[in-house]
Amino acid sequence: MTERTETHGSPAPGYAARHTLPLSVEIVRQFRRRRTLVMFGLLLALPWVLVIAFKVGTGTTGQNTLRLSDLATESALNFAAFALSVSVGFLLVVAVGLFCGDTVASEASWSSLRYLLAAPVPRSRLLRQKLIVALGYSAAAVISLPLMALLAGTVAFGWDDIQVPITGEIIPAAAALPRFGIVIGYALVSQLVVASVAFLLSTTTDSPLGAVGGAVGLVIVSNILQAVEALGVLREFLPTFWNSAWLDALAPELEWGGMLKGASVSVTYSVILLALAFRRFRRKDIVS
Amino acid sequence: MKFAGRHRVVVLLVVLALVGVAAWALWPAPPPLDRLDTEIAVVDGPDDDQNVVLDATYFAPDGGGKAPAVLLAHGFGGSKQSVREPAERLAREGYAVLTWSARGFGRSTGEIALNSPDYEVKDVKQLLDWLAERPEVRLDAAGDPRVGIAGGSYGGAIALLAAAYDQRIDAIVPQITWHDLSDALFPNAVVDDDVEDGVGKARTGVFKRMWAGLFFSRGGAPTGAQDGADERSGLAALGGSARSPRPLNEQEAACGRFLPEICAMYQSVATTGEATPEAVERLRRSSPVSVPGRIKIPTLLLQGQRDSLFPLDHADANARAVAATGAPVQVAWFDGGHDGGDGEIDWTHDRTLAWFDHWLKRDGGSGIPGSGFEVTRDGGRDPGTRRPVLLHAGADGYPGLGGSGQSTVLLSGPDQNVASPPGGSPAVVSSVPGFGGLLGNGNLSVSVDVPGQSASFDSAPLTGPLQVTGSPTISVRVHGGGETGEVTLFAKLQDVAGGTQPPTLPEGLVSPVKISVPAEKDEEDGGTTVTIRLPAIDHRFDAGHRLRVTLSTTDLGYAMPATPSVHRIGLASQTLTLPTVAALRTPAAGPAWWTWALPAAALVLAAGILLAGRRRTQDIVDPASAEVPLRISGLTKAYRNGELAVDDLSFRVERGQVLGLLGPNGAGKTTTMRMLLGLIHPDAGEIHVFGRRVTPGAPVLSRLGSFVEGPGFLPHLSGRANLELYWRATGRPAGDARMAEALEIAGLGAALDRAVRTYSQGMRQRLAIAQAMLGLPDLLVLDEPTNGLDPPQIREMRRVLIRYAEGGRTVIVSSHLLAEVEQTCDHVVVMHRGRLVTTGPVSDLLAGAAKDNGSTRRLEDVFLTLIGDHS
Repeated sequence: MTERTETHGSPAPGYAARHTLPLSVEIVRQFRRRRTLVMFGLLLALPWVLVIAFKVGTGTTGQNTLRLSDLATESALNFAAFALSVSVGFLLVVAVGLFCGDTVASEASWSSLRYLLAAPVPRSRLLRQKLIVALGYSAAAVISLPLMALLAGTVAFGWDDIQVPITGEIIPAAAALPRFGIVIGYALVSQLVVASVAFLLSTTTDSPLGAVGGAVGLVIVSNILQAVEALGVLREFLPTFWNSAWLDALAPELEWGGMLKGASVSVTYSVILLALAFRRFRRKDIVS
Repeated sequence: MKFAGRHRVVVLLVVLALVGVAAWALWPAPPPLDRLDTEIAVVDGPDDDQNVVLDATYFAPDGGGKAPAVLLAHGFGGSKQSVREPAERLAREGYAVLTWSARGFGRSTGEIALNSPDYEVKDVKQLLDWLAERPEVRLDAAGDPRVGIAGGSYGGAIALLAAAYDQRIDAIVPQITWHDLSDALFPNAVVDDDVEDGVGKARTGVFKRMWAGLFFSRGGAPTGAQDGADERSGLAALGGSARSPRPLNEQEAACGRFLPEICAMYQSVATTGEATPEAVERLRRSSPVSVPGRIKIPTLLLQGQRDSLFPLDHADANARAVAATGAPVQVAWFDGGHDGGDGEIDWTHDRTLAWFDHWLKRDGGSGIPGSGFEVTRDGGRDPGTRRPVLLHAGADGYPGLGGSGQSTVLLSGPDQNVASPPGGSPAVVSSVPGFGGLLGNGNLSVSVDVPGQSASFDSAPLTGPLQVTGSPTISVRVHGGGETGEVTLFAKLQDVAGGTQPPTLPEGLVSPVKISVPAEKDEEDGGTTVTIRLPAIDHRFDAGHRLRVTLSTTDLGYAMPATPSVHRIGLASQTLTLPTVAALRTPAAGPAWWTWALPAAALVLAAGILLAGRRRTQDIVDPASAEVPLRISGLTKAYRNGELAVDDLSFRVERGQVLGLLGPNGAGKTTTMRMLLGLIHPDAGEIHVFGRRVTPGAPVLSRLGSFVEGPGFLPHLSGRANLELYWRATGRPAGDARMAEALEIAGLGAALDRAVRTYSQGMRQRLAIAQAMLGLPDLLVLDEPTNGLDPPQIREMRRVLIRYAEGGRTVIVSSHLLAEVEQTCDHVVVMHRGRLVTTGPVSDLLAGAAKDNGSTRRLEDVFLTLIGDHS
């Protein structure tokens, strides 16, 4: 063992707070986890399961109805829109809740959090890096499902123009693709609330499932309140009220109003919740 | 302190919630309106000799003072109760509101005279007299109240007629009402060159059998509870008139509460399906068409787009009649009418209120509210509720049913033979009067056609969207008048999307036509050519859709010739003329203000949250103690329950020492170490590591290796990956890690590449100590390092620690095992219940104890003496 000369209270040589916990390290730390792999596996398999379901199920529903589900087999884009519509309410919520709710709480439950903090990774930096990676995984989850659905839909139903629900109009596939980008983009923004709630809970509890469950529970409660029409205009400020506003991007005429409101509500909640998360974590006594 | 703070937040939230609930529950309900139920005796009849008692309710204006008055008239089959809600709304807005049951309805006496100038109009005049006596009503002159009339259907017509016969009325808002009742019941959509386009033609048309039957049945026998029956709901009216409190006499059973002349007239026309001149004369006397040029006051006409009883052309004719006198007129086509639709109750209220506010409260003048022409359009679906959204498109002036511009579409199709079935059955269903709501609202109107009964002419798919506003026209040639020389046809314009969708019939409207096709004309010049006005609509035909004009021989709602016949129908001109109103614009509803304000406010709030909680920690360097690995002074930390975990602890560790932190379980050793690592915040006191004060994440912690309260690894990764990722997480150069030396200490061998979750407790422990030694930190802090190790490993660990300190590094080991400390450490800090008991070299401690007692004692005995436990 070698001798070393210390200067006045300086940190260890080579240490700089801004280099701690690089994103690549955090990505690797999270990626090899079983729940990450299972969740992505599920999201990527779901479109194929749906394809099989549509191929096996021969029962025809009402002939003249033009719901999203009836049009799912019309084209790859229709199919992808359908896949997104059935998963955005719950599956993607769980996925996003998982990636964002698990990230800090699981470290706490493994006790590895205190060693990271003592390394030391400054608290706000640890939270920031974890948030970026968790949001990255969430985004990957939200994007991977419709993309895989596009692929599965193309293989199963062909690359055709999209038929719009309700009016039954046809939008050329080339014109619909940017619209589809808007749909995915909005789905990402609208899940920000779930991500932030899960992240805030993640910093306050040592139980990863508690954080995920709390976020999912909030979505459920919000959905229930949404059904109470007596709440009137107040419902517009529920975090899940605008979750299906992306359907406007598939309407014959692109309508931004709902998505703007939804994005506004979502961003508002997330900014406050994330600020609370950072504040809490900064002051918290780590006893796990 | 913290506990109390948290408590305060919870209490505050609960209090706020309680205050909110209480405020909501106790919010003062608006005081009840000053309401007067009364009976007003009137005298009417052609000779002013009939005494009738009208059942009325008067609502005094909310707010007191002299206020303008509004008469609210009810629809056919209703009573004063049907308009109670709108009356209360208007009264709260500061109007004196009078509602009454018209003669023959509700509890009023008299017979129904269909808004006759001799009866109902005279009644209204006397209601105005009554109003002029009320102290709350503002007067324009003695006996002349400032007053407006509003009402729907039957009530709309009385508003128009009263305005024509009584100059005291200042403004009216007639809704879904008629211009010419004879045309409404016997429509004929043939464009007649002799007569001005629109309602009011000389020739009567096809009897609107079903609507007429419903209309007259609602003026039927008196019932016990007619109150609340609403004109707009056909089902309610049908159900309500089924019961009767007493047996009816012959006259009542046949004619209900109708005036006998009117009853006889209806029975005659309904039997034959043909209008007699006397019937037409009588119906027109009850219609605004009979009073041209006499309605000279501001008029807001609200007509329903879904109305096969009084379609939009009636409002059009009324608008032209009023506009001809120079009076201000506005026309709005809303989503409602006798066939259902949304009804837009709030919107019609707002519009009515704005109209009266301007003309009654503010004495008119410039700045008339609203647009000259307003149309309710489908605004897609609400993103949140997925319900239809209605938009109101406005234009400055009302252009009429011909539109402000015209668009033409070419139709094609061969001549087609169509059959009139005997007895007119089976019939095409386009709308079912009174049941409109049941067939579905919005644009999904579908007409059920019968094969062989209709001729259709299609356009090519539209290249661009086409918004039609008004009444399209088409010219057709009809052959084969048969014996009667008359052909009855029903024309409609359909929207064909193609594909799997059935064509839609906008608003379920059809145009009935009665065409005379004399036999001789049929032979000579190839049939009769007529121009047909198709139903007035506001409809958007989307790009790619086709327009289809269909002429069918039957429609369920109308009387049809009973004798079978076959006609041939062809296009006289390929041109379908479609009116458009380009000026109609939906106000660009920019995003709600909160769309931008909310996130901005959230950002400010978030910044506040983050900045307010910030602790100002000055990085005070103490050069004197820069060489001191650890200096703790006055360190105090309380548990949540207030008990002190660490109580005023002070000690100091010098370079090269192996210090034992000794104390029984619960002495505060681990809490001290957590504070040393910046994991928990001390309540008081300071910790300095190499002269730097320790705060969470302080950079100087990078010179400190730690193992506190058990290992912490990612269970899904191997031991090696865990150590490598940990080191990369410190952000320091890989070469400084001394990974090989650390791994040697761990001594895990091949297990190093297995997932940590497969490790035994001891293996994890060794790996964690190896992790603490990564980079050979200047200060090594180990909490109970030998827990879970077997004796040879313990001995090895001792050796490692002693050697580690020999290089000038410092080691702090906490333990509750005294033997451990005795064999490893040169210095010791003894803690008990959070307090420092003693500190110093192990040898001094032993020596001092020996002096006291005279015999050499083991550290354990010294320890027990120190903490005062002699058991």
